[in-house]
Amino acid sequence: MADSPGESPILETPLSGLHRALGGRMVPFAGYAMPVQYPAGIMAEHLHCRAAASLFDVSHMGQAELVGDGAAAALESLTPADVQGLKPGRQRYGLLMTEQGGIFDDFMVANLGAQGTERLFLVVNASRKAEDFALIGAALPPSVTLRPLPDRALVALQGPAAVAAIATLAPGIAALPFMGVGAFDIAGVPALVSRSGYTGEDGVEVSVPADSAEAFAKALLALPGVQPAGLGARDSLRLEAGLCLYGNDIDETTSPVEAALTWTIGKRRRTAWDFRGADRVRADLDNGPQRLRVGIRPDSRQPARGHTPVHAPGGAVMGEVTSGGFGPSANGPVAMGYVARSHAADGTPLELLVRGKPIPARVAPLPFTPHRYAR
Amino acid sequence: MAELRFTKDHEWVRLDGDVATIGITDHAQTALGDVVFVDLPEPGREVAEGEACAVVESVKAASDVYAPVAGRIVESNGALTDNPALVNSAPTGEGWFFRIEGVDAATVDALMDEAAYAAFVESLA
Repeated sequence: MADSPGESPILETPLSGLHRALGGRMVPFAGYAMPVQYPAGIMAEHLHCRAAASLFDVSHMGQAELVGDGAAAALESLTPADVQGLKPGRQRYGLLMTEQGGIFDDFMVANLGAQGTERLFLVVNASRKAEDFALIGAALPPSVTLRPLPDRALVALQGPAAVAAIATLAPGIAALPFMGVGAFDIAGVPALVSRSGYTGEDGVEVSVPADSAEAFAKALLALPGVQPAGLGARDSLRLEAGLCLYGNDIDETTSPVEAALTWTIGKRRRTAWDFRGADRVRADLDNGPQRLRVGIRPDSRQPARGHTPVHAPGGAVMGEVTSGGFGPSANGPVAMGYVARSHAADGTPLELLVRGKPIPARVAPLPFTPHRYAR
Repeated sequence: MAELRFTKDHEWVRLDGDVATIGITDHAQTALGDVVFVDLPEPGREVAEGEACAVVESVKAASDVYAPVAGRIVESNGALTDNPALVNSAPTGEGWFFRIEGVDAATVDALMDEAAYAAFVESLA
């Protein structure tokens, strides 16, 4: 995880006080003081999420509404995702593009529209929100307004017991399908709930007013089976789930095809090619990309971290690890990174240069732990 | 049992004759969190004072472990290969890292004693 660049003052989320009261170890992340772990530790927090339910503060992420006639079409000028085809009450993962066909950011978009009013809800990365909002704002016709929501907190409740737990406070949540979105009153707090997350588990992400956030988080923590989890566990969970971290696994140099995120490109978008950076995406699809993001499993117990060079066995460097560490549920080291397309097939032997020493590894299918989303 | 001495890099040293046993402190293992892998030096390697010669990996990050004193590596703790969590459960006991021989007792004496190390850790908070 990157520290905040520069000397700008460190920001706090509406849950900072609660994190400290829970014994969270606060570290700078994307300009915010965030809990990397609580006293239980990353390993225990990770395993708890896969076994029961864990509460994460993700309030550092950018939330915004895009309202008005033509909102979806305007957003589609920046992303290859099918936004216009997104039904009310549904959410989708997508990519914002650079002019050159790289990835400007990844984001979630939900359709909150009703009675012919276009209303989209966006969640973008903390490290990119200023840039994203500037980019989107500049792409809008006069009929569409981008409204950032800095006065809202965002929490994720993730794990096989998460939905049953929160449904004791708002039973309707149990009926949300995967990537479904709805407004609920939870413990007296008006909440926007989506059945989604970034751990590979079933669960929800919940947007609530900042001034209700602490009481809301405490109400969730009081539910049976719910424990707090920090950024450390969030990182190892999303890595095992094969999910990308912007700035590590994807950035302005990686195309959606190289990043193995071609599935985020809508079918209609692949015939019209009317989004920013479409030329490179089209070329990558037509010719095959030079490199591909793959899962990588070291043969031994030794983890390989981000920026570890990846070689063909005994051969030249062909890429690098972009995320790597120990997977508590995989019970061994796991990594993702870019390799030449010729070396991207599952099981292909690789060598990772860890502190100058080559260690054997193999291309491995993603995710490392099966997704358990609601279906 | 000889008393422990400590470094500012959070290693501990126990000297028996001219052989020093080295590990990381309880403070260090707490800060690192769950240890999942330890890369240890080969016996026979000559190390200089302050030379990075082992690596301890937690879920989150990799950290170097330095030779607090000069000498020759005589043994590494093979038990850590199978059970790296010993570094967390017994940092100054079964969780030791390596042994160095040919150690100058005066350089060990010059390191912090337990009270000085406790004050040093306090100053970091």
